[in-house]
Amino acid sequence: MGKSESKIIVVTSGKGGVGKTTTSAAVGAELANRGYKTVVVDFDIGLRNLDLIMGCERRVIFDFVNVIQNDANLSQALIKDKRVENLYVLPASQTRDKDALTKEGVERVLADLQKEFDFIVCDSPAGIEKGALMALYFADEAIVVSNPEISSVRDSDRIIGVLNSRSRRSEQGKEIKKHLLITRYAQARVNRGEMLSVEDVQEILAIPLLGIIPESPNVLNASNRGIPVTLDTPSDAKRAYQQAVARLLGEASSDDKSWISKIFAGIQLFNRSPV
Amino acid sequence: MSFLKFLGLSSHGKSARIARERLQIVLSHQRADGGDEDFLPKLRNELITVISKYVKIEAEQINVQLQRSGSYSVLELNIMLPTHAHDGEVIIAD
Repeated sequence: MGKSESKIIVVTSGKGGVGKTTTSAAVGAELANRGYKTVVVDFDIGLRNLDLIMGCERRVIFDFVNVIQNDANLSQALIKDKRVENLYVLPASQTRDKDALTKEGVERVLADLQKEFDFIVCDSPAGIEKGALMALYFADEAIVVSNPEISSVRDSDRIIGVLNSRSRRSEQGKEIKKHLLITRYAQARVNRGEMLSVEDVQEILAIPLLGIIPESPNVLNASNRGIPVTLDTPSDAKRAYQQAVARLLGEASSDDKSWISKIFAGIQLFNRSPV
Repeated sequence: MSFLKFLGLSSHGKSARIARERLQIVLSHQRADGGDEDFLPKLRNELITVISKYVKIEAEQINVQLQRSGSYSVLELNIMLPTHAHDGEVIIAD
């Protein structure tokens, strides 16, 4: 008997280094903060990093692949966060290769997680190979993370195509709900014409905007210390992630213009100092 | 200098616009190639099979394209039928 509203959300991008793991940790922690029982699952087999960003690297004993191969059960592999009630991490294996993820295995583990959790956040590896395909295949919704930079936007377009054609929902003829999250945004550079604007990226990718995370030193500071941005001290990035989660939950105002302009107003303030 | 910037003529000021234009071109190719809309070749073959039941048609007479724009996608089918095909006649190959 699963949780009736249990939702699988993949955080994906195609390109590496755009902020998938940072986003998975921040979104997962904020969902848990709001009382939803949440697990963040690392699909980057062989290159696990979610444990570091979530600050639980020294508590990893069993991992996702151990559970798939029945060497451990879920309760042994799940790491409970010490800061927030309701937040768990399922770490990736550091030693195996991505072929350890079988479709049947992933399906079984996700089905078991759905019995326990309100939200399952799947942190995808970069690329469009097996690990990334497994991370997105069973998803109900996708957060497409993109930097305002050409190679990132191009890869996001590719991954949107993959979501539309190679996810389970697409195979069932259903739509997979896609959200655009623009990260490392620098309004001052956009104003100077040096960076693609939110409107440019959104027009090109043509999926609804979930949020804009400003370029911020707080993000590196948080990952240095193993703290999800949304559990860290207040910052513009934290606030932007909180607003993105509110939108993900359908809580934000229906007037898109107003929330976008509010975010812009915030970014403008932070960028007032000379760069 | 600032006047040039205002006109968008300084080298820095141009770069976002260049990025946008390059992206639009590269993505139009990426999407036209099918990208990962990998059902398109199959759809095309099945269309040829179905239409061939009724009308003689060559593979190159069917053009299938998927274009994403705004919040929707447009599936464009372009099928060139031989003359008289609209009368429901079955055209026998010579």
